[in-house]
Amino acid sequence: MSVVVIGAGPAGIRAVETLLAHGLRPVWIDEAPRAGGQIYRRPPANFRRKPGVLYGFEAAKARRLHAAADAAGQLADYRPSTLVWDIAESRLQTAGSDGLGTVPFDAMILATGATDRVIPFPGWTLPGVFSLGGAQIALKAQGVAIGRHCVFFGTSPLLYLVAYQYAKAGAHVAAVLDTSPAAAKRRALPRLLAGGSALAKGLYYVAWLKARGIAMASGIEPMEILGTSRASGLRYRNSAGDECEVVSDALAFGFGLRSETQLADLAGCRFRFDPLNRQWLPETDEDGRALDPGNIYLAGDGVGISGADAAELAGERAALALLADRAIAVPDARRRWIARRLARAKDFRQGLEQAFPFPEYLARRIADGTVLCRCEVVTAGALRASVAGIGADELNRAKAYSRVGMGRCQGRVCGAAAAEVLAAALGGEIASVGRLRSQPPVKPLPMGLL
Amino acid sequence: MSEAAQGGQFVRLAEIERRRIFIALGDRRIEALEGDSLLTALLVAGGRIRQSEFADGPRAGFCLMGACQDCWVSLADGRRLRACTTLAEDGMALEPIA
Repeated sequence: MSVVVIGAGPAGIRAVETLLAHGLRPVWIDEAPRAGGQIYRRPPANFRRKPGVLYGFEAAKARRLHAAADAAGQLADYRPSTLVWDIAESRLQTAGSDGLGTVPFDAMILATGATDRVIPFPGWTLPGVFSLGGAQIALKAQGVAIGRHCVFFGTSPLLYLVAYQYAKAGAHVAAVLDTSPAAAKRRALPRLLAGGSALAKGLYYVAWLKARGIAMASGIEPMEILGTSRASGLRYRNSAGDECEVVSDALAFGFGLRSETQLADLAGCRFRFDPLNRQWLPETDEDGRALDPGNIYLAGDGVGISGADAAELAGERAALALLADRAIAVPDARRRWIARRLARAKDFRQGLEQAFPFPEYLARRIADGTVLCRCEVVTAGALRASVAGIGADELNRAKAYSRVGMGRCQGRVCGAAAAEVLAAALGGEIASVGRLRSQPPVKPLPMGLL
Repeated sequence: MSEAAQGGQFVRLAEIERRRIFIALGDRRIEALEGDSLLTALLVAGGRIRQSEFADGPRAGFCLMGACQDCWVSLADGRRLRACTTLAEDGMALEPIA
């Protein structure tokens, strides 16, 4: 039986490890050259910083996960630096350094992870503006800061983590600006207690930043990234409603994460709208089995955001389900233990959503002239015009008319905001505008390969 | 502060003891360190990596994780590379940045 695991972040690593422990040798495919995923991303081999410096409180976890990945990589049919660009009829199409390939499979675990959830603002395409996750990667995987005076804005636990990591590494953090009001965090506290040490760490980062006098504000509203050929600052409204400006040559922002679902879509998974994530997600049962087709399993942030710890558990759970479905004996007690832990992780995630609510009102009222799709420079106004132009009542019609979501990223970056804009233009709920259909190749392929 | 006078976008904070390598950017030669992504090499040396093909100005990448596709650049031989997921190599020759 040929089993494929896609993704080598926390979920993919634990899935492969579990399959190997039960006698299956999967094909394991990942885009990155080294296993670890994004949050435990490893720098190139010639970098010297110790895990304590790279991963802080999570250093021991990172070390364990990387050791597991390296051991699993030796035993599995591991194919790093390889993109899966299409899935059809139980075959994967791959592109790697050795060219194009086809991988047939009987069963597959998708652990495709997530990227930053973004809301476009005037000026967001200027050099010097990055996603929050991108800013973290610059520091962790390359040892660089995104600029001399860094402003971090948006809302999520990552906002404070990245600011802390930057300041700790010696970068100048000019401001940390959170769209969520302070009161939302106070209200969320009881639910956040389910996160245990995760809550303690978050509070520590905030206290650490405060103690060093780093400017922080809650309940702000970003208005415009300033600059003409490079970013030079941010104009925003503070919680009292006053306009403020902060000077900065580098800005990073994000509003939580969104799941990467293109491969699940191409594989034919059934999707449902998930109100917590405000996203259409592949539908699974409580073990991570896709409801349809039955030979696909999903785990980690690619099927709803719940973080790295939950992803490790979900990766193992999906592998155990796959094994059990093929009459391979798996420990029931372990499955029940994982289910309990993941239920707690879900409570914590709901608390986080309460503490760092996605400001959909900002997305819904993006000005007509603001660039929504950065791939092809299509404005929010052009997307809205699809409603009057062709009576677009869902995203794919609106895409055909406006080209929003048709660029090289296939809506990875603008899709979440585009759905909010269209829903608001139609006076409806975000669920009602559907989701962008995925197209192969899911990412551009270098011409030399074709 | 004058935007043109700012120099490079990225600032090195750590890992500076790596082997030096050189990349050609048209006629210009820029220094990088082994293990730099092409994006890091370009943004330590300057403030942009390409012009938007839709004439709305310069770009310098965005997501750094191979998702947004905003950092594709051209080698002098015409091949295209995604700068954030490609390691800079000694002697690489890129098209100059407009």
